[in-house]
Parts: sequence; C-alpha cells; structure tokens
Amino acid sequence: MRFTSKATIGAAVVSCMLASSVSAETLRWGSPRDIYSLDPYSYGSTSNLAFLNHIYDGLVRYTPDFDIVPALATDWELIDDGKAWRFNLRKGVTFHNGAEFTADDVVASMKRVSDPKSPLRGNIPLYADVTKVDDYTVDIAVTSPSALFLNDMTNIFMFDADWLKDNGAEEPTDVGAKVEGFATHNTNGTGAFELVSRVPDSKTVLKVNDNWWDEKKHNLDMIEFMPISSPSTRVAALLSGEIDLTDGAPLQDVARLEAQPNITVVQRAELRTVLIGMNRRDTLKDGRDNFFNDLRVRQAIDMSIDRELIQKRVMRDMSRAAGTLIAPEIPGYTEELDKLTEVNVEKAKALLEEAGATGAEFTLLCMTDESVNEEDVCSALISMFTRIGLKPTLDIGPRAIQAPKRNNGEADMFLMGWANEPTLDAYSILSQVLSTREGAAGVSNRGGWSYPELDEMVKKAALELDREKRLAIETGAMQFAKDELIMLPLHQQPMAWAMTDKVEDVAIGADNKPRHWLTRLAD
Amino acid sequence: MLVFILKRLFNAAMVMLAVAFLAFLIFRAAGDPVEIMANDQMSIEDKEALRDSLGLNDSFVTQYLRFVGNAARGDFGISYRNGQKVLGLIADRFPATMELVLVATILSLVIGIPLGVLTAIHRGRWHAEALQFVSIIGVSLPSFVVGILLILVFSVILGIAPAFGRGEVVDLGWWSTGLLTPSGRAALVLPAISLSLYQITLIMRLVRAEMMEVMRSDFVKFARARGVPRWRIQFRHALKNCLMPVITMTAMNVGALIAFALITETVFQWPGMGMLFIQAVTFLDIPVMAAYLCIISFIFVTLNTVVDIAYAVIDPRLRHATR
Repeated sequence: MRFTSKATIGAAVVSCMLASSVSAETLRWGSPRDIYSLDPYSYGSTSNLAFLNHIYDGLVRYTPDFDIVPALATDWELIDDGKAWRFNLRKGVTFHNGAEFTADDVVASMKRVSDPKSPLRGNIPLYADVTKVDDYTVDIAVTSPSALFLNDMTNIFMFDADWLKDNGAEEPTDVGAKVEGFATHNTNGTGAFELVSRVPDSKTVLKVNDNWWDEKKHNLDMIEFMPISSPSTRVAALLSGEIDLTDGAPLQDVARLEAQPNITVVQRAELRTVLIGMNRRDTLKDGRDNFFNDLRVRQAIDMSIDRELIQKRVMRDMSRAAGTLIAPEIPGYTEELDKLTEVNVEKAKALLEEAGATGAEFTLLCMTDESVNEEDVCSALISMFTRIGLKPTLDIGPRAIQAPKRNNGEADMFLMGWANEPTLDAYSILSQVLSTREGAAGVSNRGGWSYPELDEMVKKAALELDREKRLAIETGAMQFAKDELIMLPLHQQPMAWAMTDKVEDVAIGADNKPRHWLTRLAD
Repeated sequence: MLVFILKRLFNAAMVMLAVAFLAFLIFRAAGDPVEIMANDQMSIEDKEALRDSLGLNDSFVTQYLRFVGNAARGDFGISYRNGQKVLGLIADRFPATMELVLVATILSLVIGIPLGVLTAIHRGRWHAEALQFVSIIGVSLPSFVVGILLILVFSVILGIAPAFGRGEVVDLGWWSTGLLTPSGRAALVLPAISLSLYQITLIMRLVRAEMMEVMRSDFVKFARARGVPRWRIQFRHALKNCLMPVITMTAMNVGALIAFALITETVFQWPGMGMLFIQAVTFLDIPVMAAYLCIISFIFVTLNTVVDIAYAVIDPRLRHATR
C-alpha cells in the first residue's frame, strides 16, 4: 500500500470515524440486496450470478458490449453436423485451492447443472450431454446447432470436480430434501477474486486472486460487498463515505446525488423492456368473450398509450420509450421496428366502436415490487385507457400474490418485464414469451396466445447456423409480433449507479451487472 | 401451585399452536412461493414437480400437521431462498437482535426513569412541561422516520456514527457480539436510540404518573413531617414504590421490542431476525416465516408465562382466583 503522508492522515481520521477501515485498494460496494447463496446453481437471480462471476468463471463470457469471448475455453467449434460443441480448454488455470482446471471439472459441472433437481437447468435448454475427449477437450452435445448455446453458457460457472466430490456436493442442493449444500457456504472457483468471509446481510469480503488466468485490468486488492436494502440508508452511506459505489442508486435521489461535488451518477436505460400483455384465451376469466382477440381492440389500446408522456412525467425522463419489444442492445433489434405508435384518441375510439368493445371492462394486473415505478405507470395507463372509452380497473399487489394470477390466466391485462437474459438475443423473447406454450417453448407466454406462423419462424431461427440469417428471421418474427400486437412495448426502465470520486473507472453495461475485474480506483 | 403452573403451561402451548395455525392461514393467502423461486426459463412441469417436492400440493391440514410435528422436534426445514437450515439462519441473527433490544431497554430505563421523576416533581414548571411535550413527539414519530433522521444528522451531516451495519463482531461460541469492538459499539448507538425512543417516552410517562400518585400518599407526608430531606424522599422512598409496574412493563415489552426491531433493522441494515423476516416475506420463504413467527410468539408466551407465575408466587390471591 502506498500513501502520501496527507492521505495517510486523511485515511486515519476517516477510519476512526467509520465502521470499516479504508485503504486505497478496497472497493466498498453497497448493493440494494444481498446475494442469496454462494452456489452458482441455486435459485439465483441475475444479480446473484453476476456477483458469483467474480469468484467463478464460465467457459465463455460476455464483454460489457455483449460480445462472446473466451474464458476458461480458448476456442470452440460445432462438430458432428451440429450435434455437439467441442471446447478446447485453457491450460494452466488453477482453482483457488490450487487444483488444476481440466475436462473432468467441466463434466462434473455440466452434470451438476443439468441434474433434474438443478434450478438452473432451464437456462441451458439446448444442452443434451457432456463427454470428455482428453484432459483439455470436452464435447457438449446439443439438441440444436444454434450458436445461442454459447450465450446460455456464459452463466454456467465451472466447479472443481474433486472439490465437489470431497465435499459431497456433486448434486445440486435440493430444497425439497431439506439438506444444506456445501457449495451454499463455500466457494472454490477460478475467478479474479476469492472469498475471504461472508456474513449474510452484513458483509461479504473478496480478495484478489493473484493466480488469475486473465490479464489483470483492475487495481483492487479487496472487495467489501455490503447489502443495504433501505434506499435512503444506501444514499446516506454513500454521502457519508461509508461506501464507494452502489449499483442501485434510488431514482428519486439521483438529482440530489448529482448535486454533490464528489459523487458521480451514471444512469442509462437497461436491457429490460416493460411490456403489456393481454389475455388471449377464448374467454376471459369471468366467462365473457375475449374482446382482446380482436386486432382492432389491441390497435386502439396501443394508440391510446402516450409513451412519451409516461417517459417524461412518470419516469422523470430517465426511461427510454420503446416502439418494439426488445432493447437496442439485443441482437435482432432494428430501428425501423422501434417507431413509437402515434397517439390518436379519436381513431382509437372509432376502432373500439367498430369492434363493439366500447365500455368494455377489464382489470390491469400490476405489481408493487417488480418494475421501476410500476404503481405510477399503471395509474397512468388506467387513465389513458379510460380516455378512449374502456373501463379498466387496477389490481395491484406484491409479486408473491400477483405472479400466480398472471401465470394462470386470471389477469385480463398485465405488465411484465423481459430482459432477454441470459441469451441476450431476440430469440429469447420469441421462443419463451411469444411462442405457443408447449414444452420448453412459450414458458413465459402468460396470455395464452398462439401464432403458428410465428412458431414456425422461431423453429427455423433455432436451426439456422449463420448468425446474419438467423437475425433476419428473428427480425421478421418481431415484425410479425408488432403487426399482430401480440404484446405492447412500453419502455426500457432506467438504472443508476452512483460512486464517490475514489472510483476512477467502472464498466457499466446495459445488463446492470457489476464487473469489478474491470474496476479501477483512484490512487 | 403445581396445578396452576401446569395450567399456565398448557395455555402457552395452545397459544403456540394457534399462532402456527394462523401463520399457515396467512401463508396460503400470501401467494405461491414457487412462482417467486422459479426463473423465467422454468417450464410448467418443472414448477409442478418443485411444488410437489416442497409438499405445497398437500392439503392445508397435512401441511400444518407436518409443520407442527417437525417444529416440535426442532426441525424447521431449509430456506427456499438460500437453501440454508432455518434454525441456523435464525440462530445466526438472534444475537444481533438481542443485543439491540437489550441496549435499547437499558437506554429506556436509564433515560426514562430520571426524566419521569423530574417531570413529576417539577410538574407545572416550564422545563417539565417542555419534556412532556417532546415526549409526545417520541410516542407519535414512526420509528423508521426517527431512524432516517438520526442517520441524516449523525452520519451524513456530522459524520460521527455509521449509517448501517453492525461493525466488527467477535464470536463467543455461537454468540456473536458487537459490544467488544469500537466499531461494533459505534454501530449500535443509532439503532438503539431509534428503537428505544418510544420506550423512553413510555417509561417516562409511566414513572411520572406513578410518582405523582405516590407523592400524595401518607407515608410521604409523614416522611416530610419527620424532616427527611426532599431528594431522599423522592429518589429513595417514592421512586422505589413506583418501580414495580415499570419493571413488569419492561419485561413484557422486551417481546414487543424484538418484534418492533424489524423496522429499525431494515432502516439500519442491522443483520438481525427482523431483517431476515422481511426478506423472507418478499421471497415468500415459508419455512423462515413460519419459524420466525413461532420463535417470536414463543418469546412472548414465555415472558408472559414467567410473569404470570411470578405474580402468582408473590400474590396468593391470584392462585386461588384461577383455580
């Protein structure tokens, strides 16, 4: 550690005042939520996996611009007419316990993540089997030759086979079996940082892994990860200098934080697009004929939504109004599709009249804890729908209560967000949301719609090996979805990070994932 | 006497069963944990299989009886959210909550009693009335507002106390304490004040009322006539006679403070049981919620039962009244 004498005095004063000691190379990171588990194959959210990516690596990984680059695998190719991927593994990589990374570790990891009890199994829908070729080569069999398998693999982190075996953690933790898993409390990865200590809800400390295989771009010695769930406390901790960075600056406090001389706020629209879905089964929950199946009604609703007004007033200029169902960063996006529907109240009224749906009653299902400012967004929508002669009622509550209603068709109209993670491709929303619900397809098709033409296009895209051709098919499918108004786009919601001037450089991608192996602190 | 104690214990057990029953009723209305656990990629069949393996498809009575049976053996299962043993999760956080509650209780006694005496004997003087007025604010301000105000003043503006967390802790066996390190003690100050504020005003008002009552009684008049010094009457004789109800109420309120602590804990990111419960609620982590409610009600019931029995030991009339 190198300090100038002045900095030493400053640091000494600060450490007397505050709870944790301060050194120039420790990043104190205050997050809105704690990680759930140290096991990367648990019921982890995206943020949980993003944190564990500091400790564990996958075979491949994303850059902050979502290009797929080598990680523990150096290169890969499709073999056997597209029935399997062959990965060549990086040599000389060691786990934090000193064990060498080999093909056996990939086999053990893939077996663990694809176990029927594994909560992460759904994240690799194309996976079929894994075989070791030699110590540094593995073949992973797939059900379809789509290159999107690599996208999915960015979230599958590699365990050490012997470590799993020695600790009886070869199978994923089964919550139904009421047994704790070893990997829930312990880690052994190949990542840029290794675990020092963890006290849930208080602090998780990581230290730099000097034997990391990749070029070290960061200048951190330690990371202190501290969850602070109350937004105002998080802001206070940043203002009082108890944390250096937060990846969840409350939007209502952004202006106040920006006014501080030593604090920088970075905000941008994230990948998640907030969408409006409608029940498309033959009848509504109360048995009435479903008027949403009439395209004119959907057009009228689309025309009634003033997206720019919502962006300006409700979202305080921080969101990005969307004309299409995916964010600009997602492959498959085209600018032509992203035109906002013009607001036209008169035409909307006429369309409703024509369809005989004037005065139609329905409920709009919203959640208090899912998307940003959802309560206000929904109130705005209600008044916009009322303006064209519909009779909507608002049904709002916590996610735990609302999610089952949204999934089983009790909601007439609902909001949902879709980030296209982990695939980061239009294929994600096309296959999981817009496709007909059948097996792995349409698992999040919550309105029960079915368009065989679209299903065909999605199947074709899955088999297409050439990226450009695949994207062209996907764009065609997105056009179809827009013409049919299967779902209505609203906006990409905002995200904001705030940091003190101690943080010199930090990579902030639209996926809102921290990548502190790229973070630099000021000396 | 034995019959009385047995009766009391039986009542306590019934209360616990009723709490567990009500808790289960609430969980059924709270929603479906599988929808919260599952990610977007999970298929309907997988969700159904998960529901089955968690026993959520069983009838209400089956689930309730299974829970009571397991809980009686001290097995609360593992958390849906992070796959850890529920009892371990709660045991890890219990010391944090207890230290906060104990310090808050001590603060409320140390500050509340003298203030109560002061306002009673100086009744009508401006400073006593001012204290009375300020105490209304203490009773009526919600504790999360108090917490945020304290953070704003002492952490952000003055920079003399940490805004969140518990500081460094030292493990003494299974008990982790923050009282032995400077940072741990510093971290305890704001949450303890915020939690004790309501309690301070309550005790102050109780002592004041009792004190005024006692000061009118005959023995005080006699003492004064005998020429006992005024301060000696007030702090030695009168105060002693006020303390019985104060001690009773403090003991009973420890349970309430543990329950109330969850708001303070959320504001200060205090890693206690309340924090755990709040997170369990947002995740619908039924094993954790059920265990927390049972343990909290166990503490309440135990305190009540002990107080009841202690009263009966002291006052024979109660024993006969309930027979």
